[in-house]
Amino acid sequence: MNSATGKTEYLRITDLHSYYGESHILHGIDMKVDKGECVTLLGRNGSGRSTTLKSIMGLVGRRSGSIMLNGTEIINVPTHKIARHGVGFCPEERAIFSSLSTEENLTLAPIVASGGMTDDEIYEMFPNLKERRNSPGTKLSGGEQQMLAMARILRTGARLLLLDEITEGLAPVIVKKLGEIITELKKRGYTIVLVEQNFRFAAPLADRHYVLEHGEIIETISQDDLPTKMEWLQQTLGV
Amino acid sequence: MEIFGIPSALLGSQLLIGLINGSFYAILSLGLAIIFGLLNIINFSHGAMYMLGAFVAWIGLTYFEVGYWTSLLLAPVLVGLLGVVLERTMLKQLYKLDHLYGLLLTFGLALIIEGIFRDQFGVSGEGYAVPDALTGLIPLGFMNLPLYRGWVVIAALTVCFGTWYMIEKTKLGAYLRAGTENPQIVQALGINVPMLITFTYGFGVALAAFAGVLAAPVFQVNPLMGSNLIIVVFAVVVIGGMGSIMGSIVTGLGLGLIEGITKVIYPEASSIVVFAIMILVLLVRPAGLFGKS
Repeated sequence: MNSATGKTEYLRITDLHSYYGESHILHGIDMKVDKGECVTLLGRNGSGRSTTLKSIMGLVGRRSGSIMLNGTEIINVPTHKIARHGVGFCPEERAIFSSLSTEENLTLAPIVASGGMTDDEIYEMFPNLKERRNSPGTKLSGGEQQMLAMARILRTGARLLLLDEITEGLAPVIVKKLGEIITELKKRGYTIVLVEQNFRFAAPLADRHYVLEHGEIIETISQDDLPTKMEWLQQTLGV
Repeated sequence: MEIFGIPSALLGSQLLIGLINGSFYAILSLGLAIIFGLLNIINFSHGAMYMLGAFVAWIGLTYFEVGYWTSLLLAPVLVGLLGVVLERTMLKQLYKLDHLYGLLLTFGLALIIEGIFRDQFGVSGEGYAVPDALTGLIPLGFMNLPLYRGWVVIAALTVCFGTWYMIEKTKLGAYLRAGTENPQIVQALGINVPMLITFTYGFGVALAAFAGVLAAPVFQVNPLMGSNLIIVVFAVVVIGGMGSIMGSIVTGLGLGLIEGITKVIYPEASSIVVFAIMILVLLVRPAGLFGKS
């Protein structure tokens, strides 16, 4: 508990370096996310945003530094145990399995903690998934697959959600729906790290923005400072 | 009685032999397909594991008075455990490398295992008596079916379809199917993929050992019994399509039957018919009959 702000720190990353083989991708990332916060990682392609999420999950070749999750060091913990610490990862490629039905995809991840959404709550939030529960996962539309990739981590009881480019390639009406879902998840107290290309989607949702370039965080912008930093941000992101 | 000028007894008995061989092809190619699916390793030691299954049964009976039915359970467990040890200690090191390394390692293991057994038992082969409960003949009208051979077909099919059910219809099977597609993401969802891989390899070779025990009373128990059979089984896997579960079962049985029919119609071609079909399939459908390209 941070006595000054009354907030509880949930994720703290200190001096994180990540490598794929010989390539040194992240050069000392420092960031923290309080419980119930939503932060975004912004930056151009190849700036290291997705790698940061993958590093938290242990999906990179090698990593060093410190990743504290709810008071536990997870830098040397194997990937499946990180998920069991209550981290839900929604990868950029969505990774819906074609040999599994929609329902099998949805229920694949084991329950890691109590308090996850029930099937009824999931189907209320994502009604399409109920209709199509017997279809092969990859026969769903892009938007439905994205909903499925999110729904499957919401029923596990994970409290930290790592969402990688969830709006990519989706129609505006679906993007709007995803925005409503993120807002609802924030209300429910989830802690969210959002990697986004679509700044207009991310801006109203986030409490804080981390701007990455070449594997480093070059700027941290709080929601209140956003209007004054807008021009700089647009230049940096090239939007 | 004749069918197309062929005595029905001859056709019937060759079809039956074909069905029995097909049962072995099915159960062995199934194990190979499961292992290839998740581990991306072409398990060249599969034939040696089949041979080990038969020898565990023979050694059990000859030296320790362990009967057939016990061996049918015990041999797959022991050979499966050997598979687990091999996976944990050796195969594990190779997953990030090209398929070829796994193939070389398992091929080398097969040579070593078979070499040890040749050294100990020679190559003349040992007999294994049919268990008492399964001796005798069932009269089918056109021929008499040895009871044991009928049992082999039923046992093999039961195990094949049981495995298919486990993979296609259960939670564990869903992990396996998902892991075959994208092991990293499955692990990121909280599933212990390294353990799943170890289990899969152990299970795959246990299937081979089960087939070995079934084979012991039908064929001679011989250190080279696996390497003779496995070449055909690889052709079966190629024809069916790597990694397809139902494809392996159907192709295994089908090719056994085709071999049997060939023995009646044109016996000279019976040992190459499977390979001729393999060439045809590779030309027309390189991914195999049931494979996804």
